[in-house]
Amino acid sequence: MDGAHDMGGAKGFGPVVPEPNEPVFHGEWERRAFALTVAMSRPGGWNIDMSRFARENRPPEDYLSKSYFQIWLAGLETLMIERGLVTSEEIKAGKVLSPPKPDVKTLPPQDVVPTIRRGASTERTATSPALFAVGETVRMKEIHPQTHTRLPQYVRGHLGTIELNHGCHVFADLNSLGVGENPQWLYTVRFDGPELWGKDTDPTLSISVDAWESYLERV
Amino acid sequence: MTGHDHDHHDHHHHHDHDHSELSETELRVRALESILTEKGYVDPASLDLLIDLYEKKIGPRNGIRVVAKAWSDPAYHVRLMKDATAAIAELDYSGRQGEHMVVVENTPDQHNMVVCTLCSCYPHPVLGLPPVWYKSAPYRSRAVSDPRGVLQDFGVALPETTKIRVWDSTAEIRYLVLPMRPKGTDGWSAEQLAELVTRDSMIGTGLPKQPGETA
Repeated sequence: MDGAHDMGGAKGFGPVVPEPNEPVFHGEWERRAFALTVAMSRPGGWNIDMSRFARENRPPEDYLSKSYFQIWLAGLETLMIERGLVTSEEIKAGKVLSPPKPDVKTLPPQDVVPTIRRGASTERTATSPALFAVGETVRMKEIHPQTHTRLPQYVRGHLGTIELNHGCHVFADLNSLGVGENPQWLYTVRFDGPELWGKDTDPTLSISVDAWESYLERV
Repeated sequence: MTGHDHDHHDHHHHHDHDHSELSETELRVRALESILTEKGYVDPASLDLLIDLYEKKIGPRNGIRVVAKAWSDPAYHVRLMKDATAAIAELDYSGRQGEHMVVVENTPDQHNMVVCTLCSCYPHPVLGLPPVWYKSAPYRSRAVSDPRGVLQDFGVALPETTKIRVWDSTAEIRYLVLPMRPKGTDGWSAEQLAELVTRDSMIGTGLPKQPGETA
């Protein structure tokens, strides 16, 4: 989805302002919003790509005016409402108005550390050979999906070079739709600065993205 | 675009984050936690543990240990560059948002910088949760098109001839920058070297401290 979240190369946002001695969380609500989001992924059963889409799928003015954890909170509410875990009326009222969804798994305290330490590998066994080789020149497809994608707009249509092959990984675009993992070969594709930003660009600059095989076409 | 009802809250037309809106968010999170607890979906003790983990255990000090070891142990350096996930796991750091690690090494010829233009992907097991600036629009928009300008915002100026290489984390591969070991540190132990490593030097928006810059 070509939304406000896809920021690479956008102009006008001003300087980066680092915060000296920044705390991990700014206030108690950020702590709780973060922990609720992580803990709810087990009862919710959604995957990371569904979470990302729930956060980014909103009007630009909404995305850009919310703070980072406000976007997380809004994404969490969307995911829970979609699955019937809570209703929008309950969120508006701030209290329980309907019975819980039955047979929902929770994250018990003894599972917290093992779950985080285990993580969730996205690598899968390859079922077909890689179509592209390291060193090969490829063109990024000019596509504009209405749904979740991890192909940023600023590289679409541009020529790059395959630099790394990371093996087969769960394909985010389809995984976000709940239609299966559909693993694909994943590559790091490197672009020269001037290829992306024009001939006056710093010639020492190069940029890479990580791209699934179906984002690429042979030149 | 979908127009979920819950996005149209009372303050929909307020775009500034004034005090009252923050309080509204705070109330909203509190109410949500009590709803989810009452429904039996979350255990508040698990939430406390998650917060404690990310505030006290998972943070840049982990990455600092990795870098200091790579600087002081040549065999570890080789393993780290060959299979970063396994080498980092040797120090007992692994898991969520660090399942597939790649270490990119700075040299006199090339400086590396890491960004996630689409959201906030960041190697949690070694760096913790990302700082606000890393998640902000200014960094996400400019890191890929004007990285030298971004470095200037951090007070860093590199030679014009140094190549700049930006890694946009668009999938589940997570990148850690291995900064150059400062000169004048021959014979230093890993513990001494660790004092020179900064979080930003492992993202590529900063450089390590020089000997004498530490207390």
